[in-house]
Amino acid sequence: MLDLSQYQSIGAALKDALEEFAGEVCLIEADREREKERLTYRDFRERALPLAKALQETGLAAGDRASIIMTNQSKWLISAYAVFHAGGVLVPLDYKLTPDEHWQLLNHSGARVLITEYPIWRQLSVAAGRSIATNLLTVLVTEAPADADLSGARRWEEFRGSGEPTFVARQRQDTACIVYSSGTGGHPKGCTMTHENYLEQCVALTSLYPFWPGVRYLSILPTNHAIDFMVGFFGPFTCGATVVHLRTLRPEYVREAFPKYKITYVSLVPLVLKNLQKGLQARFDGLPPGKRRVFQALVAINKALTKSQPRLGISRRLLKQVHEAFGGELRAIIVGGAFTEPQTLQFFYDLGIPVANGYGLTEAGTAITVNDLKPFRADTVGKPLPGMKIRLANPDADGIGEVSVRSKTVMAGYLSDPELTSETIVDGWLMTGDLGRFDSSGHLQLFGRKKNMIVTEEGKNIYPEDIESVFESLPVKEFCVFAANYIWPKRSMVGEQLVLVLHFEPGQRYEEELRRQISERNNQLLNYKRIHGVVLVDEDFPRTASLKIKRNALAERLAQLDRATAILPL
Amino acid sequence: MRTLEQTTQEILDLASKHFNVPAGSLAPDDDFFMKLGIDSLQTLEMLSRLENHFGIELPDYEVQGVSNFRTLASRIQSRL
Repeated sequence: MLDLSQYQSIGAALKDALEEFAGEVCLIEADREREKERLTYRDFRERALPLAKALQETGLAAGDRASIIMTNQSKWLISAYAVFHAGGVLVPLDYKLTPDEHWQLLNHSGARVLITEYPIWRQLSVAAGRSIATNLLTVLVTEAPADADLSGARRWEEFRGSGEPTFVARQRQDTACIVYSSGTGGHPKGCTMTHENYLEQCVALTSLYPFWPGVRYLSILPTNHAIDFMVGFFGPFTCGATVVHLRTLRPEYVREAFPKYKITYVSLVPLVLKNLQKGLQARFDGLPPGKRRVFQALVAINKALTKSQPRLGISRRLLKQVHEAFGGELRAIIVGGAFTEPQTLQFFYDLGIPVANGYGLTEAGTAITVNDLKPFRADTVGKPLPGMKIRLANPDADGIGEVSVRSKTVMAGYLSDPELTSETIVDGWLMTGDLGRFDSSGHLQLFGRKKNMIVTEEGKNIYPEDIESVFESLPVKEFCVFAANYIWPKRSMVGEQLVLVLHFEPGQRYEEELRRQISERNNQLLNYKRIHGVVLVDEDFPRTASLKIKRNALAERLAQLDRATAILPL
Repeated sequence: MRTLEQTTQEILDLASKHFNVPAGSLAPDDDFFMKLGIDSLQTLEMLSRLENHFGIELPDYEVQGVSNFRTLASRIQSRL
């Protein structure tokens, strides 16, 4: 691994990595059963430098922003490196957002370059939102068919400058990326991440979960996500490891990839991990009774032998078939983006497959705590990473307080939002809005949120305020969206739901026509952003002098209702 | 060559069979997440079944943001 303490920027570290590990394989890209591409670090460099040169020829200079909206593939990483080489700031966006949300964030970030895939551009280019992003000067599109209408974009494959591009040095405190942790609908939260944030996070994470040449990381979480950017790009690249991309994430191809590419690490969101658990459990339950008893005995032996720490060699021999289905070389499944239920973590650990769960948020530079497996503790989110100071603000009688963090990995602030930044970073401490407590062995346990928000099992942060626009002009006196756990705290990180609070006009009732209208509007939202039920109130919402809803006061009032009967299903 | 209506009907039939929903209970404008009670992963599984049935390859991205059978049918139709 490179000694990252010697580097000032992501670009400088990657530049050296491409030379240091020139002959190693850095990327494998597969599409269904076909391997499309296998690149060495030398090949990667040869593709990235002409792109960096061409970007410089369009005027991209130090600090200029360039956005990537792509699925996980080799061109994502090649493009990102080209931007860093040219001194640019990367704006990685979630390809799963709607076209108008993309345009909103492209506008907010001030991106002057967009690099995307043809199917995405086909939808983006005709969206109404295009007119707002006047800052965007260059659009590069990958894999466009020969006869495609590019609508003003240029082909990525042909966008190559000749001659050596200038490497533009950046300093540790300069902005490396603007990462949108959540919030579209008028409240974009663009985390301004510095080069130092990434360099320090990489050192801390690889001290627990190391990479080296020969390690193969299966990249499934979207690379715009802070976790995959770190463990599916910057981390493995600075260690000479290999990243495997799949162009389709259908479960059957993901399953095949493990044995085919002998995967060492993979990152998943809790939803996918649970799905994997369900599939495995169904297979175990389907074993003939005799075999099932033998299998259960082997699991029990493995459990006893790995009580204090993982012992991969023993587990792989004891539970050979399970491990071979995962390729036989899997060292850990990294799970992130949302809270994972302890029984899921335990299920995999008992099979000898450690799950590196943790806790983090983009604002903190991804991970704050990680399970160090010494010993494995399914009921916690692990211990603070090296360099991470955590304190619990305003603890209650049970010692549960708001997790606040101080570290070199904490973002510089929210882009163009000094007010939100000063509310979130107080005296150098990042206030996470999550409630936690340390146990006697120093492991962090989480007990719900202080903020009005939810995190889905797919790792999506949803702020209720952001989805209210879809219910605008609903024929009621007033309405508001809340996270149910914000109104009725549950001391839990799972089963989070959104509710629509309605206050009717005098004499109005909750009738079928209104229910239908709400359902219809709800269905316009992406499925993970939808509300779960409605709550009816018969008093005016408390409001400020400027008529904004006082959400805290309203939540306190709603908390007097019984949750079980107050939420009416849609 | 199938018509869009035929393609839509075949998708409805396959979905009802795959997710054990009574035949005839699904309509083209139904939201499949709601109606079938499925998540995004199960949608990908459904997509694989549809690819096999129609003999096409559909990139995952093509179903991004699609939530009703009619739109899904038009995406498939354009590749037949």
